Amino acid sequence: MRYHPLTATDRAEMLARIGVPAIDALFADVPADKLLTDLIDLPRMRGELEVERLMGRMAAKNVPASSVPFFVGAGAYKHHVPATVDHLIQRSEFLTSYTPYQPEITQGTLQYLFEFQTQVAELTGMEVANASMYDGSTATGEAVLMAHRLTRRNKAVVSGGLHPQYRAVVETLSDMAEDRVQALPPDPLGTEDILAAIDRDTSCVVVQSPSFYGHLIDLAPIAEKAHACGALLIAVFTEVVSLGLIEPPGRQGADIVVGEGQSIGNALGFGGPYVGLMATRQKFLRQMPGRLCGETVDAENRRGFVLTLSTREQHIRRDKATSNICTNSGLCCLAFTIHMTLLGSAGLERLARLNHEAAIKLADALGRVPGVQVLNDGFFNEFTLRVPGDAAAVIERLAERGILGGLAVSRLEPGRGLDDLIVVAATEVNTDEDRAAYAEALAAVI
Amino acid sequence: MLNDQGRPTRPEGAAPAEGTPAATPWTFTGNRALRVEEPLIFEIGRAETTGVDLPAPDGLAPRLGRLARKAAPDLPGLTEPEAMRHYVRLSRSNYSIDTGLYPLGSCTMKHNPRLNEKMARLPGFSDVHPLQPVSTVPGALDVIADLGGWLCRLTGMDAVAMSPKAGAHGELCGMMAIKAAIRARGETRNVVLVPESAHGTNPATAALIGMTVRDVPARADGTVDVEAVKALLGPDVAAIMLTNPNTCGIFEPEVAAIAEAVHAAGAYFYADGANFNAIVGKVRPGDLGVDAMHINLHKTFSTPHGGGGPGAGPVVLSSRLAPFAPLPFIRLDAGRPVLVETEAGTAPGETPFGRMTAFHGQMGMFTRALAYMLSHGTDGLRQASEDAVLAANYVRAGLADLMTLPFPDHPSMHEVLFDDGFLKETGITTLDFAKAMIDEGYHPMTMYFPLVVHGAMLIEPTESESKASLDLFVATLRDLVLSAKRGETERFTQAPRFAPRRRLDETRAARSPKLRWEKPKPWTAAEAAE
Repeated sequence: MRYHPLTATDRAEMLARIGVPAIDALFADVPADKLLTDLIDLPRMRGELEVERLMGRMAAKNVPASSVPFFVGAGAYKHHVPATVDHLIQRSEFLTSYTPYQPEITQGTLQYLFEFQTQVAELTGMEVANASMYDGSTATGEAVLMAHRLTRRNKAVVSGGLHPQYRAVVETLSDMAEDRVQALPPDPLGTEDILAAIDRDTSCVVVQSPSFYGHLIDLAPIAEKAHACGALLIAVFTEVVSLGLIEPPGRQGADIVVGEGQSIGNALGFGGPYVGLMATRQKFLRQMPGRLCGETVDAENRRGFVLTLSTREQHIRRDKATSNICTNSGLCCLAFTIHMTLLGSAGLERLARLNHEAAIKLADALGRVPGVQVLNDGFFNEFTLRVPGDAAAVIERLAERGILGGLAVSRLEPGRGLDDLIVVAATEVNTDEDRAAYAEALAAVI
Repeated sequence: MLNDQGRPTRPEGAAPAEGTPAATPWTFTGNRALRVEEPLIFEIGRAETTGVDLPAPDGLAPRLGRLARKAAPDLPGLTEPEAMRHYVRLSRSNYSIDTGLYPLGSCTMKHNPRLNEKMARLPGFSDVHPLQPVSTVPGALDVIADLGGWLCRLTGMDAVAMSPKAGAHGELCGMMAIKAAIRARGETRNVVLVPESAHGTNPATAALIGMTVRDVPARADGTVDVEAVKALLGPDVAAIMLTNPNTCGIFEPEVAAIAEAVHAAGAYFYADGANFNAIVGKVRPGDLGVDAMHINLHKTFSTPHGGGGPGAGPVVLSSRLAPFAPLPFIRLDAGRPVLVETEAGTAPGETPFGRMTAFHGQMGMFTRALAYMLSHGTDGLRQASEDAVLAANYVRAGLADLMTLPFPDHPSMHEVLFDDGFLKETGITTLDFAKAMIDEGYHPMTMYFPLVVHGAMLIEPTESESKASLDLFVATLRDLVLSAKRGETERFTQAPRFAPRRRLDETRAARSPKLRWEKPKPWTAAEAAE
């Protein structure tokens, strides 16, 4: 087998050196009646060519985003990623390295994590960021638990503008931890009164901006009410590119900022792996979950980086840890930080503006289709359409015409009276032709 | 030597700092030929620079209301050549499995086939959206269903929850399924039994869902005593979390009896599958009475560790827990995979406990793991486990006369555990020994884990090493041990001497945490005046 360096001769010599007659002698602790004597009934080994054929056949059954006019967002976004990014993350020394527990020989990983943390803190307008969570949804769940520890309360108030699957993650975690969640009804118009839901029992308020439905939410009054009640504001985003144009949550009073970093550097990949971003204020640092990379010096007084404050983490604190997280999203952080470094402030701002303009043009084009209504006044690169009839059927008919036109809200929120809504995203990859084709097809299918 | 702001770190002409090996003469840049000091992006980038050429916006009036950003973020940009050099230079100060043996016990640093990278990047996998119409991604569902099928067959289990993002997330998923099953029985059980040798994630996971951990003591031979488990079981016990093979590298001989006792007490058996790579094709966890087990695709099935992630932690479930598997899941309908994403899509008997994450899990890891399985086949997977076990025992045989084996009575599985007994009276610690390995070109083994022995050294060579590679590794460790015993203390206490950095001051890092770059303050009053 091409991955196994040991030959039959090697194996025989090694068994002899160990002093056992056969390999199964080393499995002596396995109960004899449980040790398998036959191969498990699955296919035998294959060469590269055969595997490529099998996998290629499966891949070919899917419709890649790049092959069609593409407008699906709702938590994952189709952006162009520079070729440099994918090349660099495949450097052996990055790709095949472990968590940097031996800092003397993993300064490469540690330095990019330090740079990543700085970029995330700067983007979100916060003081400190960690070295990543799994994705935006799990980061949101962790932020709620963190807020509970900080406030010693256990009720989260969740906005109806939060991504429904993020809400489900928070609800599941809270249900299992026996904490409370007050989830407001879905808010497709962006008009909910969340202030009324915040009381002195509230640990945290979870608000997404731009919301799942694309609305830009002014966080400052929510932060003010939360703080007056002794609660924390958790600000969530699913489209990190929006931070290139929108006032960062940290400057609107957020206490913990979490979000999805996929848009920068990472492929759509059918939902993962992505990279969860998490930032907070310095004073909350000790309750933050996840790895942190810090600057220090070595024995010759040269600058270097190490994983630090690990007394928060499971491998030291076990059942008293801030989280059970161990493996995070290392390589996705690298992709993020490389892409962000290539962009810089100037590139990010331009990318954000292109996305915003793509959405403006799309909203105008689709809003002109008879019977179709755009629900948003303000938005970044995503908005909600109301269509006559069943949105899910409209999305299917569009797909039959080769246009992936967005997400029918009813797919994630069935039975909630939202059957005529589509969440649509526009990015820099869309062309005028894509938009025209969408408008034309939409007019034809409704 | 200059630091990263171009300032001398010591007066010109002064002698090298104490501890600098005489063999490494001074250079103007601080560089050492191929080893180049690399500044932070914040020290070399400029906010107006960008390495991405984007078209100019049209200048449409924004629709951001009052929430337009008031000030641009201060993020430096690099052009493509600058970025390329920055990251390639950083990469060169990293150790990796592609550059050397990486014997981190419990972490499983095996070869990462590049075919898997190529497969994961097929546009049909990498460029599909998790929420595009299901009718446009049948091949993606095939991958998830096929991989899930392999995992169930290899483990002898009934069902699999594919969405957990990494091992610890899989543990959480499995324990949530257990909690849901207990609730469904109308019971409350809040105690979880965890052996002392367990990974830290086990007790941390139990605590996350409000359970209390009760420690199970280890026997003198490094295994769990079924009688000790029985003594701890009771109506308040929800589950035992047991790693098998355990973190001492030993297959728990009484595992079937432990499972039986746990079930008899109305509790569930959660297996930490971190060490599944030792037993694939040799014994099936389902045959041992396991109710839930996560599988670290980044360990057993070789998806790259990537400097700390991403992982993937699918959880296989027994028939008792299968109904509680979280959303989303795939149901096979006459052999055709059907994606179930919401409660509304469930069929009778499907009572998911909730949702672990947005979307469908770590698809990019699924494609890599599936390519790995298709390549190996059932015969290759068994061979991989056998070779991993053979390699660990070969290393053990080569070192057992010099190093201290705390548990000599059991054969090792895929990893061999030593303690620091052989370093007694040398003045050298496990940490020193590990750092000396760095100077010899090796990544150290796992140190100080598991907690059940003093100064643990856990070595996992994996099936990816040739015999010659193992022989050199054993010879190197033998030389180090003999050197320690000869009293050549400095070789250890001063190590590493040849790595990109000497030992780093971790106390300082924790005492005054510096977790982001800050603009340097003016150095002197005169400089500030400039």
